[in-house]
Amino acid sequence: MTEPQNASPLLHIDGLRIDLPLDGAPRTVVHRADVTIPEGRAVALVGESGSGKSLTARCVMGLLPGSARIHGDVRFAGESVPGMNAERLRAFRAAEVAMVFQDPRAHINPARSIGDFLIEGLTTARRVPSGEAVKKVTGILREVGIPDADRRMRQRPHELSGGLLQRVMIAAALAVEPRLLLADEPTTALDVTTQEEVMAIIGEAREARGLALLFITHDLELAAAVSDRVVVMYAGSTVEELPAARLRAHAAHPYTRALLASRPSVFDEAAELRSIPGRPLSGFEAPEGCAFSDRCTHVQDVCRSERPQPSPHGDAFAACHFPYVLASEETADHA
Amino acid sequence: MLEVRNLRKEYGEFVAVDEVTFALPEQGALAIVGESGSGKTTTARMIAGLEAPSGGSVVVAGEERPAGRLRARERRVRARQIQMVFQDPYASLDRRQRVGDALAEAVGFHQRLPADGVRARVAELLDMVGLDDRQARALPKALSGGQRQRVAIARALAAEPRLLILDEAIAALDVSIQAQILTLLRRIRTETGTALLFITHDLGAVRHISDEVLVMQHGRVVEHGPVATVLGAPQHPYTQRLVASIPKPGWTPRRRAERAAA
Repeated sequence: MTEPQNASPLLHIDGLRIDLPLDGAPRTVVHRADVTIPEGRAVALVGESGSGKSLTARCVMGLLPGSARIHGDVRFAGESVPGMNAERLRAFRAAEVAMVFQDPRAHINPARSIGDFLIEGLTTARRVPSGEAVKKVTGILREVGIPDADRRMRQRPHELSGGLLQRVMIAAALAVEPRLLLADEPTTALDVTTQEEVMAIIGEAREARGLALLFITHDLELAAAVSDRVVVMYAGSTVEELPAARLRAHAAHPYTRALLASRPSVFDEAAELRSIPGRPLSGFEAPEGCAFSDRCTHVQDVCRSERPQPSPHGDAFAACHFPYVLASEETADHA
Repeated sequence: MLEVRNLRKEYGEFVAVDEVTFALPEQGALAIVGESGSGKTTTARMIAGLEAPSGGSVVVAGEERPAGRLRARERRVRARQIQMVFQDPYASLDRRQRVGDALAEAVGFHQRLPADGVRARVAELLDMVGLDDRQARALPKALSGGQRQRVAIARALAAEPRLLILDEAIAALDVSIQAQILTLLRRIRTETGTALLFITHDLGAVRHISDEVLVMQHGRVVEHGPVATVLGAPQHPYTQRLVASIPKPGWTPRRRAERAAA
């Protein structure tokens, strides 16, 4: 199965660079992010702390602080997001994109009822009559697995568990009827069984609505399970992009491969745990050459002096001077 | 070395821990897994003496631990048997104290040593957890999350405990750092013979580091056995569901039965 190459993508992030003032001086926190999501598709953005994955997502929502300098291109259905004025940005967030965060408690007003939180966006930004808004929101709550919607709408956030509150966040996002859902570590604070429920709910909503998803996570295994393609970021740069189904066997970047090997598997007894030495760098700490060079077991001189550019292999790309290529794949490519 | 019998904790009407019984052999490694609210952390805190049980007993090295307030000397004896490492190392470190000084203080608290003996022991502890001199001179805020957790582990080891309890000790760390800490804990167990008790929700880590696993739900033990058996062929429906919700190749998230009252 190949993607239709001619269709213009819903989201196209091309060579995105973000500078933020740190201690008074502008520092580059994202060096180069490249992400493409066709309409209705799911892309996972994977990285550790400092990788720039959340900043990249926030940039798509137009949520970066005013002091941020943005270079490169972020286009939604062909339109530049950094180029939007305040009014256009409000309309964009009220109708085309929505975001779900890791900690729903920090994003829902604790003093107001769940119902008020859910219908507010509809009645203010979209001028839906309140009776109709209640009806719509009640339907969405049922869809995300909250059957006693009437009772829940009268409750306040502290009366709901973390898993339920995250469903409320998803319901609020779906009420916008967006074309793109951004989910920033939506299940990281949840138990593993609740995580499965929440991911299933997002999956069903995507299928029912043809919704595209940008899923931000630190969990490669989860990323591969719920998305079509995986983008890996390290120290502010996209280092690899490939189809999710080929992540395990075909990852070409040493960082992706090391990250896969450093996760203890529940199912693979024989797999040896290989830890990566050192710690993950933030974008602003990235050295001249390849940001991963200090921790890479395959490092050569050129890696320390020249930053590798993303280069294609098959239908994927990796930014590495010495990408790993399966012997069988190489012969297949040249056949 | 550790025997827990019919351990129970009630908060008013609510039973947080209900008749928990298990044993941990000398130099063994056991993990308690379960979701938030399952009672796993309360169990650990009762074993460490941070929480008074409502019933049952905790026997360490053949001696039953008395409930209630302890004298300073008894607390010290206890600390030499059991130490605990928490999820957030920054919250458990004094942010105005240099790492080396914090370790020297912990060594001095547990052992009567001359100044050069303390220094040698601190160097040994730093080396064991993979920290260098520069990090020993730093304040906790100058260290990364993984390095701070190494400091917390070194400080716990200063007591030369027979049991180290790790309460979600790797949960807040980056994936590549989690592997480092797991490897470190495995090495510590081999080198010092310290028994390990993991409180975690991470079944992958359990498989890698523990001999036995105890699965808790609603305060009760629902399954207990060798890690390979429990995770490879889970018997209890709750354990089966727990194992089935772990993402793996070919996994599709599914909604299970909606919880009746969440």
